Amino acid sequence: MDERIVKAYESRPKDWIWQLAIAVIVIGLLIWSLGAMETSGASANGGKMAINILNGIVHPDQELLFNLTKEGVPYLLVETICIAFMGTVVGAIFSVPLAFLSASNLTPKPVAFIGRILIMIIRTVPAFVYGLMFIRVTGPGPFAGLMTMSVTSIGMVSKMYIEAIEDLDTKILESLDAMGCSTWQKILYGILPQLMPNFASTAIYRFDINLRDATVLGLVGAGGIGAPLIFAMNAYRWNEAGSILIGLVVLVLIVEWISTKIRVKLTRG
Amino acid sequence: MSIYDKIFPPKKYTLDNGKAVEQKRSRAPIYVIFVLLMSYISVKVTGFDPATLAKRGNQFFVILSRMFPPEYGYFNNIVNPILDTVKMSLLGSALGSVLCLPFAMLASTNICKNRFVVAVMRLIFSIIRTLPTLVSALIATFIFGLGTIAGTTAIAVFSFSYIGKIMYEEIETVDMGAFEAMEAMGFNRTEAFIHAIVPQVMPAFLSNSLYNFEGNVRYAAVLGYVGAGGIGLILNEQLGWREYPNVGMILLVLFVTVFIIESVSRYARKKLV
Repeated sequence: MDERIVKAYESRPKDWIWQLAIAVIVIGLLIWSLGAMETSGASANGGKMAINILNGIVHPDQELLFNLTKEGVPYLLVETICIAFMGTVVGAIFSVPLAFLSASNLTPKPVAFIGRILIMIIRTVPAFVYGLMFIRVTGPGPFAGLMTMSVTSIGMVSKMYIEAIEDLDTKILESLDAMGCSTWQKILYGILPQLMPNFASTAIYRFDINLRDATVLGLVGAGGIGAPLIFAMNAYRWNEAGSILIGLVVLVLIVEWISTKIRVKLTRG
Repeated sequence: MSIYDKIFPPKKYTLDNGKAVEQKRSRAPIYVIFVLLMSYISVKVTGFDPATLAKRGNQFFVILSRMFPPEYGYFNNIVNPILDTVKMSLLGSALGSVLCLPFAMLASTNICKNRFVVAVMRLIFSIIRTLPTLVSALIATFIFGLGTIAGTTAIAVFSFSYIGKIMYEEIETVDMGAFEAMEAMGFNRTEAFIHAIVPQVMPAFLSNSLYNFEGNVRYAAVLGYVGAGGIGLILNEQLGWREYPNVGMILLVLFVTVFIIESVSRYARKKLV
């Protein structure tokens, strides 16, 4: 009995050299990155600052939090939701043709490859660069933010759409063919029912992310809750920042909860 | 949704053998109406106007066209910031994904039997995940001063919540048989966890950490905007000075870096799974 165990142990693949090599590389990389850690040295009163920030967040500016005018948190949140919603819709619409072009089971390899590179390029450019470009088109405001959201959504959404399209079950199309369906009927009864739940689920997920990322737009004056938040923080008005942050966190948690429910329902049918 | 079925009664078919079957009416109209309504409100609030897009859309490409050809000579000024960005994301991702493990253990129902602790841990993970990275970076710059440490902290905080959530979900789906067997043999819970659970979740942990690192390189580019170090700093500066050929070069370098890191990490992740 013991002999068999010992034998089994000895016959295990010997990959410790490989593992050691990877460990050395990873630790080496981490040490290498430690070299870049630098700060301008404002950390002397950092502790006091941290206490101030926490204090502000715990004691939010109640007047701002429940103010129903255009400066209040509720309106800013609604505006942010609208930017994220419309941004997701426009982005999802842009993504559909891009995804069909880049799905390797539908288009020839070179075309699909170019499509993928294009999607990667779109994904790489940081949001605030797009923000600046769109402000030239629409002027500052929520419209520019919406367009920025839509372009930054394209990357992830079309990537997920491509995966959905590549996972299409072609047997269904073949059986529809065998039944004598026309192309239009094949799309309606064979392709759309397979893709729709997946597409909708991706769009809802991206809406979640967009809502969370909407603060980035505030940097370039593209509307939403980001600008007031960053102004408040830069001016050390922590109570204001606290009330905006609380509003945002609660909103995102609620939306996330709802969207998870919907997505679970979509995947289970 | 039975009210819906009452208003729009299901369609009845009589089959050849005389049986009647019902097909419930499609719910699609509700969703379509909801989406249209939301779109209408959004368009009103944001001032979305396709006509403006069509008329002034070419303005979008003005900056873009000025970026070409990129100023290749600017490359020497980019090398250090882009390396900083990579280092920030590497260290931040590693810190965050290792630190989250004990908390992920406490947040999974099969390891931690105390339901109150589980609920509190999950709430903490959710709240941290909701906090925009940009905001945590800004807070970090106030505490640690401008520079890469602030960016690294922000990335670590984000990775902590992201990997933490994935890991507690992963830990909950493992096969508990080995864990129970080791406990029965007299190991304590920590030892049993290390020998029975860790090998099962390790591939998923490594794969998700790599994926997280990939994404963070891209994210780190934005952080420079609030002074948290890395490539975003010079990107913001060059945009401010309207040196678009330099901006083009920065974006090109960023793209190539992200491409290399993604290719390597995708290869590694394929090996892992």
